[in-house]
Amino acid sequence: MKYADEFRDKTIAQGLAQAIGTEADPQRAYRFMEFCGGHTHVISRYGLDDLLPANVRMIHGPGCPVCVLPTSRIDMAIRLAARPQVTLCVYGDLMRVPGSQGQSLLRARALGADIRMVYSTLDAIRIAEQALDQEVVFFAIGFETTTPPTAVMIRLAKKKRLKNLSVFCNHVLTPPAMQSILESPDIRTVGRAEIDGFIGPAHVSAIIGTEPYGRLAEQFGEPIVIAGFEPLDVMQAILMLVRQVNDGRFEVENQYSRAVRREGNHRAMEEVSNVFGLRDQFEWRGLGLIPDSGLKLKRAYAKFDAEMRFVMHELPAADNPACECGAILRGVKRPVDCKLFGTVCTPETPTGSCMVSSEGACAAHWTYGRGRDYQVRRASCE
Amino acid sequence: MRVKSYQRKLDIKNGCVDLSHGSGGRATTQLVLGLFHEAFGNEWLARCNDQSAFGVRSGRMVMTTDSYVVSPLFFPGGNIGSLAVHGTINDVAMAGARPLYLAASFIIEEGFRFSELKAVADSMGAAARAAGVHIITGDTKVVERGKADGLFISTTGIGVLAAGLDLSAERATIGDRVLVSGSLGDHGVAIMSRRQNLAFQIDIVSDSAALHDLVAVMVAAGGADIRVMRDPTRGGLAATLNEIAHQSSLGFRLQEEAIPVKPAVAAACELLGLDPLHVANEGKLVAIVAPDMADAVLAAMKAHPLGCDAADIGEAVADHHHLVQMSTSFGGGRIVDWLSGEQLPRIC
Repeated sequence: MKYADEFRDKTIAQGLAQAIGTEADPQRAYRFMEFCGGHTHVISRYGLDDLLPANVRMIHGPGCPVCVLPTSRIDMAIRLAARPQVTLCVYGDLMRVPGSQGQSLLRARALGADIRMVYSTLDAIRIAEQALDQEVVFFAIGFETTTPPTAVMIRLAKKKRLKNLSVFCNHVLTPPAMQSILESPDIRTVGRAEIDGFIGPAHVSAIIGTEPYGRLAEQFGEPIVIAGFEPLDVMQAILMLVRQVNDGRFEVENQYSRAVRREGNHRAMEEVSNVFGLRDQFEWRGLGLIPDSGLKLKRAYAKFDAEMRFVMHELPAADNPACECGAILRGVKRPVDCKLFGTVCTPETPTGSCMVSSEGACAAHWTYGRGRDYQVRRASCE
Repeated sequence: MRVKSYQRKLDIKNGCVDLSHGSGGRATTQLVLGLFHEAFGNEWLARCNDQSAFGVRSGRMVMTTDSYVVSPLFFPGGNIGSLAVHGTINDVAMAGARPLYLAASFIIEEGFRFSELKAVADSMGAAARAAGVHIITGDTKVVERGKADGLFISTTGIGVLAAGLDLSAERATIGDRVLVSGSLGDHGVAIMSRRQNLAFQIDIVSDSAALHDLVAVMVAAGGADIRVMRDPTRGGLAATLNEIAHQSSLGFRLQEEAIPVKPAVAAACELLGLDPLHVANEGKLVAIVAPDMADAVLAAMKAHPLGCDAADIGEAVADHHHLVQMSTSFGGGRIVDWLSGEQLPRIC
């Protein structure tokens, strides 16, 4: 497969692995957080951990849109979909995310709610045009990558004078979340973070560019390497991070130069800024309330805002106290540190959101990597 | 023998199924005779009984049943009719058996066009004739509009098993080789390419095919050294190997580089975020074969048109967690797990 196989070459991977092994100082540990769930998935899917030396450890970050959505927002969507006149359009991953009291959108659909899986915001427009007597609501989630398509959908809906389409907006921003992690008390020990560097987002950076990360790198003394979503991209980014750590540098470097420009994608950012404005704060699962981290529709587009149109209220929702999704999303615990992992919480019966999306740390580790835990346990028994 | 007095000509071109065609009255007979008997035509159906009698030889027989609810009904490389014949033939064949007879049951939604029903029935008849199998009995029901999605078909198959064959998952042993008969994921991707909200241009057609002839040459080459065969339909190769791993209390270790996947299928899966190992096949089989005979069975497969891309993709290993593990083409390792949730509903 052209343009993909080139970035999955075994020989080049071995060369990079060798370079990482040679250049990583055996006297120290390198703990790198990959912010994006896309990177988490690639690391697990291609077994990158097997190629890295023992003192280079990847920590999974919160960049999985489904994972960071708090239970209360899922509950709101379930209550909305229960209204007889509402058709809720969602991306597939959201269907199985657990809400309160064992509810999920999948279960709500089985009980009669009209919930449609869509692959594109344009599907929601088509559904709205075909069912003019229904209130069609698009359940919008995701980081800066999925926001422009939602903005385009709203612009098109306005142009087409569609009166039955609205958006339940849950779009969030990456840089405030990275800052929140670096400021989190359980991440920072005295004077420095337990994270030695970040693999920065791929597609998010294609939209926002590399500049927004500069202040983070400088303020927190953290090297950041923006990397593509192919396994060789990640390996090369790890090598670049190792070199920055060894040199005592903390810069923003762009490994993904074939897609990411310093200034980002102006057209996409313009679409977004026309339609969306900042919320004062937004709740993230695991990270809590983060100021200026969520988007809402601007006043000019208020009639497309489902939260206003349907007077939706956010009610507090308690997560299972044993679920460690929060700590896992902050990178302070690993999936295997959670008592529920692989026992009551599996992809078939997820307790926490990290076990749902293929980009979630728990689902990725369960699906691709749990064999390593068995090997470790066996080795320690022997 | 035809019961002429019941017959008036069906308007195949413009007509459609209505509730009277499921009432058991004259219209039902008209539909059965005018459409299904025409398509399936054989000596058993011609006697117009509610069942068919056939001779039984000594030895063991094999029986299976399957329902088909695929959406869309027509897809590149086949339709629900040919799929209902191939799928059930394959389930019989995976025992190492020779399929002989099929029963076919139709649940039709009111308003379904005769022209489409005829196209489905004709392709069933053609698939059965090509496979040397006879559809010897059946049933037709009609349900109100909105109570079924056009057409559902259920087929039951019967076959005969050669003496000495007893293929079953628990016979798999450490060191056995894992053979697949060809490229994976073609059927699922062909169906996806026609889904209303996905529709994309791709040259892939469904691999829907009857595999009993391929099975016969494999059995001739490997005999009882073939431990088990399965056709990896829903859930793909991943589901099939995980099933066998649990049933045999073993694990498997695969080599990703050895697994045949067409570039177009790999590209479509890449775009849609799917794993080709989870995508359905309707004309492929997996065989677990004793190591000494694996090369001979593989050579027999490669010499057959339906097995020309066959490959040895791994081996059975001791693993009390019953995992299917894979060395990735990138040089790392990973699990090949069961599919979780719905990847693509109503694929067959």
